[in-house]
Amino acid sequence: MIPTAAKDKPLNDSPTNADPTAPQRRAQRSTSSLLAYGEPMLWLTGGALTICLVMIIGLLVLIFYQGVSTFWPAPLVQITTIEDRTFMGEVTREEIFAPAETVFTQLAPEVAEQARRTVAANDGTAHRWLVRIGNFELTGDHFNWFSDFMIRDERRPEWAVTVERLSWGRFYGIPAAFLVDGAVVVDTSAQAWQRYKAHHGEIRKRWRQRRHLETHAIGKLNRQEEAARLDMRTALLEHGPDSARYAAARERLETVQRKSEIETAQLREQINALNTENSRYQLRLVTADGQEKNLALEEIVRAFPANRLSVTEKTAIYLSRWWEFFTDDPREANSEGGVFPAIFGTVVMTLVMSLAVVPFGVLAALYLREYAKAGPLISAVRIAINNLAGVPSIVFGVFGLGFFCYFVGGTIDQLFFSAKLPSPTYGTGGILWASLTLALLTLPVVIVATEEALAAVPGSMREGSYACGASKWQTIKRIVLPRAMPGIMTGMILAMARGAGEVAPLMLVGAVKLAPELPVDGIFPFLHPERSFMHLGFHIFDLGFQSQNSEAAKPMVFTTTLLLIVIIASLNLGAVLLRNRLRKKFASGVF
Amino acid sequence: MNATHPDSSKNAKSTIALSKPGPNGGISDRLQVIANGGSVPAEIHPAILDEDSVLDIRNFRLWYGEAQALFDINLSIPRGKVTAMIGPSGCGKSTLLRSVNRLNDLIDSVRITGDMILNGRSIYEPSVDVIELRKRMGMVFQKSNPFPMSIYENVIYPLRIDGERSHGVLDEVCERSLRGAALWEEVKDRLHESALGLSGGQQQRLCIARAISAEPDVLLMDEPCSALDPLATNKIEDLIDQLKGDYTILIVTHNMQQAARTSDYTAFMYLGHVVEYGPTETLFQKPLLQETQDYVTGRFG
Repeated sequence: MIPTAAKDKPLNDSPTNADPTAPQRRAQRSTSSLLAYGEPMLWLTGGALTICLVMIIGLLVLIFYQGVSTFWPAPLVQITTIEDRTFMGEVTREEIFAPAETVFTQLAPEVAEQARRTVAANDGTAHRWLVRIGNFELTGDHFNWFSDFMIRDERRPEWAVTVERLSWGRFYGIPAAFLVDGAVVVDTSAQAWQRYKAHHGEIRKRWRQRRHLETHAIGKLNRQEEAARLDMRTALLEHGPDSARYAAARERLETVQRKSEIETAQLREQINALNTENSRYQLRLVTADGQEKNLALEEIVRAFPANRLSVTEKTAIYLSRWWEFFTDDPREANSEGGVFPAIFGTVVMTLVMSLAVVPFGVLAALYLREYAKAGPLISAVRIAINNLAGVPSIVFGVFGLGFFCYFVGGTIDQLFFSAKLPSPTYGTGGILWASLTLALLTLPVVIVATEEALAAVPGSMREGSYACGASKWQTIKRIVLPRAMPGIMTGMILAMARGAGEVAPLMLVGAVKLAPELPVDGIFPFLHPERSFMHLGFHIFDLGFQSQNSEAAKPMVFTTTLLLIVIIASLNLGAVLLRNRLRKKFASGVF
Repeated sequence: MNATHPDSSKNAKSTIALSKPGPNGGISDRLQVIANGGSVPAEIHPAILDEDSVLDIRNFRLWYGEAQALFDINLSIPRGKVTAMIGPSGCGKSTLLRSVNRLNDLIDSVRITGDMILNGRSIYEPSVDVIELRKRMGMVFQKSNPFPMSIYENVIYPLRIDGERSHGVLDEVCERSLRGAALWEEVKDRLHESALGLSGGQQQRLCIARAISAEPDVLLMDEPCSALDPLATNKIEDLIDQLKGDYTILIVTHNMQQAARTSDYTAFMYLGHVVEYGPTETLFQKPLLQETQDYVTGRFG
């Protein structure tokens, strides 16, 4: 049956054989089974591809939509419940649910009856909204659910203001007054808002100035002191407590300490002056339930009257939030602010990992494919490498922690940083160890891809090279490697994609929740491979599952995921472009 | 394959009685003996002995693992002439050719006995530097194999690996070799473009240019035209005509006409044995053996 079909099909389908005058051979065709023509297989394979695409595109669309909409300023809604309580906040999401009887029994009897009727009229279901009500220090809640049967009144107050603060989460209220030195200057919403806008810029500038003094100037003094202390410790360890060198080092330390004490005092004075100036200005807000709260302008990162914004103003706020996201440090347990250290850490770690894994993988693959004699040992090595790709990544993390951090790092500390012990320098998680651990993790990918690329170099080319009198290494260097380079680049791309998205091992070997000090900066020696770092993948995990205020962090999870995907995609794109340039160099246009 | 198995020689019929063409058997006698695993001495025309030989192959035998592929090959290749090797597929022509520049060393399972003498010095002595040896021979393969680099770099590859850096020398060698391979006019304006952009025939001539750029003693050609169309084949054959005299050329071919047209001497091989070796004209017009006659006229093979 099947051979007949196979023979007949080309005859029927081929346009060159079709004789227009000949009758259609339908009868014969119908005798062949559907399976023989392979139509079901076409549907099966096409269907599988479609399902894959739908899943991938669905995921991407979800992440993109959620991630992009996070920073759009939401309007503020004031809700009065049937129990006569008033709340104000941003609606974050909504759903339809079937309220249980216990919901009504908790209510006062007279309103419970009304609520029951509303729900019953709606086929036993109700609509509810999750509202971010903020004002945590007053309410003790960040979010609250409001069901439609609970709401008596809903409106959008004109002067409602959203305040993003340095701590305590968002604040929602209506400006009541502007205070200078504790005295009310103006007491209408519009005027208070005017004053806020007039003063906020300079206050933020002073705040940034203060932060710069604290981190850079005082940090520099601390480093000088620390260096002098280390010198003293080294002298103590190497020459003993009675030596002249130790005494000299001690003298130096005391000088440095005295000097730095004076300078620190001066800096503190400057900082205090800035603080005093800043703390003079306060904005008084009235919450929806009538409480008053004075907010220091210094504490306010961004504030806007959400219900009065034009589209242009909304766009400006949207863009300024993105800018903050890309360039600033995180705050509020990472659920607000930026992710710049995480972006930086991810990119640096991925690049260092690629630098480590590609040469190693290529050399190993070269030996396996070009030099080693095929035999059971080589087969075993190959199988082992392939199995390595299947080892859970957390195992690599444990290995990295034990080998790189504790053993290698510990030894380095013993040899070169003994003055700092017992606090570790290299003997703990850091970006170098994380990169090397991931290099180990992605090594099989590079080896397998490189081996395949080497195997794909035609034997005739090697023979041609040998026949010209080239040695094995000359052949590899001049013929095999250039020809295999695009394939090797493919391996590197795969390794980068795998490594940049990996999180589990990083938790053990150096990724941390917050590390504002970058592994590359302007402080000597500029590269700090021992520093722990922030990573976007770990940041996502931390936001989603370790955050106290997980509902507030949720939009940031999507935004950060979107960012991570974009970064990995652009790293890959860069590598693909590089590969295509190489390919073009060896492009074959034989026919 | 069992016919060439070394063990099967025990079962061979008489090797002496059938060394001359049988009166009535004709074509198959000698070849039958070979096929049965026996051996017959090659018919070597005396004309060859008068020539000055550049390469002497002496009692050369070769095994791929357990299977013997070459049996007691004795050939002397005249200097500055074109010597063709013909014979049906699997007769060991290519193997013999690849033994001359020791390319078979790359295959782990190959064992050999016997020797080859190039210009009075053994090729197979342990002290021989294989890389130096290969530099004295150029080789052109069945399928053109330009390297993934520019035309210029392809041609001067043998010099590059020798560490030659002088642009003057390299440019000069490149032009001379490309002219020698009759390719210069076609590629002189695009020397620095990828060699993979050339047509099949051009690629093969490029490989010839590469093979002669280091001025080898011997040029080995392993069916250089089998993948080319008649026009490109013509060009390559013309080229062989031009090159002879300057180079000793050893060419393996399936194409009888090609052997007749291009070569001065021809060896007819069968299942790893040399059957007859002599001047091409004689071998094709009135060979000593009926078997050769049958093969070159296409009655078998």
